[in-house]
Amino acid sequence: MPTNSLSRRKFLQLSSLSGTALCLGYYFPLSADAAQILNASAEAAETEIELNAWISINTSGKVTIFSHRAEMGQGAFQAIPQIVAEELAVVLKEVNILFAPGDNRKYGSQITGGSSTVRSSYKNLLKLGATAREMLTEAASTKWGVSKTDCYAEAGHIIHRPTGRKFHYGELVVEASKLKVPENITLKPRSAYQLIGKPLKRQDTPLKTNGAAIFGLDKRIPGMLYASVERNPRLRGKVKSFDDTAARKVPGVKDVFLVKMKVFNTDREGIAVVANSTWAAFQGRKALKVEWDDSGFEHVNSEDIFRQHKEILETREGISFRKTGDPDPILKQGGQKIDALYQTPYQAHACMEPLNCIAHYQGDKLEIWGPIQGPDWVQDYLSEEMGLKRENVIVNMTFLGGGFGRKAFMDYPYEATLISKQIGGPVQVVWTREDDLNQGPFRPGVSYRCEGMVANGEISAFKVRMAGQNIDHFSDDKRGEANSSATEGFLESYFAHLKNVSFADVPFETPIPIMWWRSVYASTNGFAFESFLDELALAAGKDPLEFRRVHLQEERLQQLINKLEAVSGWKSRKKNEGYGTAITECFGSYAGYVVKVSRNAENKVQIDQVWAVMDCGWYVNPDTIRAQVEGSVIMALGAATIHEVTFKDGLAEANNFYTYHMPRITDAPLVEIHVMENEADAGGVGEPGLPPFAPALTNAIFDLTGKRIRNLPFDLTSV
Amino acid sequence: MITLSVNKKTYQLDVDPNMPLLWAIRDVIGLTGTKYGCGAAQCGACMVHLNGEAVFSCVTPVSRAVGQQVITIEGLSAGNDHPLQLAWQELDVPQCGYCHSGQLMSAAVLLRENPNPTDEDIDQAMAGNICRCGTYSRIRKAIHHAAELQKNGK
Repeated sequence: MPTNSLSRRKFLQLSSLSGTALCLGYYFPLSADAAQILNASAEAAETEIELNAWISINTSGKVTIFSHRAEMGQGAFQAIPQIVAEELAVVLKEVNILFAPGDNRKYGSQITGGSSTVRSSYKNLLKLGATAREMLTEAASTKWGVSKTDCYAEAGHIIHRPTGRKFHYGELVVEASKLKVPENITLKPRSAYQLIGKPLKRQDTPLKTNGAAIFGLDKRIPGMLYASVERNPRLRGKVKSFDDTAARKVPGVKDVFLVKMKVFNTDREGIAVVANSTWAAFQGRKALKVEWDDSGFEHVNSEDIFRQHKEILETREGISFRKTGDPDPILKQGGQKIDALYQTPYQAHACMEPLNCIAHYQGDKLEIWGPIQGPDWVQDYLSEEMGLKRENVIVNMTFLGGGFGRKAFMDYPYEATLISKQIGGPVQVVWTREDDLNQGPFRPGVSYRCEGMVANGEISAFKVRMAGQNIDHFSDDKRGEANSSATEGFLESYFAHLKNVSFADVPFETPIPIMWWRSVYASTNGFAFESFLDELALAAGKDPLEFRRVHLQEERLQQLINKLEAVSGWKSRKKNEGYGTAITECFGSYAGYVVKVSRNAENKVQIDQVWAVMDCGWYVNPDTIRAQVEGSVIMALGAATIHEVTFKDGLAEANNFYTYHMPRITDAPLVEIHVMENEADAGGVGEPGLPPFAPALTNAIFDLTGKRIRNLPFDLTSV
Repeated sequence: MITLSVNKKTYQLDVDPNMPLLWAIRDVIGLTGTKYGCGAAQCGACMVHLNGEAVFSCVTPVSRAVGQQVITIEGLSAGNDHPLQLAWQELDVPQCGYCHSGQLMSAAVLLRENPNPTDEDIDQAMAGNICRCGTYSRIRKAIHHAAELQKNGK
């Protein structure tokens, strides 16, 4: 049995976070799937369970909610409080939001990826808010000596309905904190929601209009120095020797040394320049004379990569991933067969905030501050690499100036840690834009060979083989297995209808570092699958939207297709207008697009309008969904028509925005967005809007011009 | 020693005159609202006003700002209530928000010079500012909205 003093200390640790009186948190019992909610003082303290402080209410009624997920633009900072506040019955403005430090034993997974923040936690968050509300209601009814059923919660108060008496939450928290957590909490029906489902304003917006938001690069620690690292420009190259005489003479430069670290199971080597300002560190880097060791690894070239993809797709069957029936015998028969190769390029994440991280290594303790997508991963990784106790590695999240998958990787906090250890003090390591674009990791370029047959207006065989680097390989040794994302983006509903369908992965390896990029393989798969479906539809002599309607029997998809058809004027299209559609599934949500194109006065193809229909089931904030779809269109447009990372002799050729062009305001098309209403469980929002845009665009271009685009990126102005 | 006026406050800085204004503002003065994005006048995250004109502070030597009025995002208004800031808040323009200091500084010059910009005027004036989150359509709407607010004296 734990002692009272220990329990007391634990509670104080929790409550000291915000002067808490009522503090509820999660606990994930080993034997149960669902999280259990516990009261910090009454139950967790007794059982000595390490409880997180998801939500706390102090005696002045102030509510503090910990956001366990990163805010990189996608709106987690808004969504989490909006969910809790609904059941807790408080005004959103009264809620103070803090970023939780990395600790997955307290918060569960914090990795902000897979569009998972809301869909993985909303049911527990609703229950948490409702539990606190019930306990406050019980405390109030006991104080008044009235029936609980005569009391209700509203805007941070418990009100006695018959008399109109009310208590502010702050007046009840001491009593409420002594109560056992009630079971069988009744949640509000969706029809009674006052906050959820409303386009409430983001609470981080004012911080982002006057420079007050603190991103990683803005964080300052007393005594902090700045560092920048000259890494071998060749992916996986090493340092042979370096001369730092001139670098050390740059005013402000404090130290120069070699940094060696393991990244992607290989060594990464560079020269760190530590200085009293970022610019002095950059200048010191420029003054370095480094001789690189580029031996012992493959000097990759883009042309070779995509040529090899084509070769292996022509000669190998690959590893089967999923198969229903057998398309091969049908494809050998005569008939309307299509055999197409689609190719998608490598891409950089190009977050507007270049990578950076502060580390303060203090012997037995390490503290990190930075724009980090997975603070719990960083905690685990650095405690292991540095031989430190897990609890002595403190990982603090700042706002992220974009993430898109790149900031889920742990190389940059690790590098900052090694530099801090070397200099014996806090340091902020800053990547230049050039570092950011040419060091990777990148979205892998992928090629797809798609073969299909149509008979009687429907698909009789559908066979896909993919060739491209496999992200599964970077952390686990899963070589020999098919890419686990081989069907990502493909609507599950197709499998119910297609009788002969197969997906396989033809393994392809090259030493380019790769990582998730917004919507991951759906971002490339979706282009191939939905372009190919268009080709099959036209071969079958069918309208592409009608063709999908026949093959997608699921009710939600029928509704989505009806909506797309109605809002886009699909059936009333005019001559000289090209219409294209695509529908994909990604992280639990469906997204469908119609793109309309025409030729302008200079005979160049232009995008007239985009219609997007998003079905993400249960949702929190429709304006967040719109914002994410608007952004997804731009990011997809860039990856389809503007930029790619190419490699030459082992070097990434992307360097800065003058070689890796970004979509600009002049490229932004008119986008109309519709959000479907249904009772389905919550799906993702941040990524699912991206995959269908590129194929909808190229399908529209085919409709207008008869030209089938199978390779991305392509130049829209020269179609 | 370099004497600099930033947001109507005078600073004495012991820095290399070639240091870009961006780093003098961020690392020496300590105002971090102005962002580093590319260091090459390509993305506009570093935009500040130099005597009322929008300049890329990442390629402007600090010596060029001597004797001039530098205004950063922190000095755009006293209460986060410039018509553009109000419009940005009204329409929830930012996502990650990193580029928006620069977006607002570029837009502020546009709105001062052209109180009734068309979409084409906006596109032209804002083409130097990259937003990776893709908030462009909201930027357009917010500038129109700010123009209305400005007209109504808000």
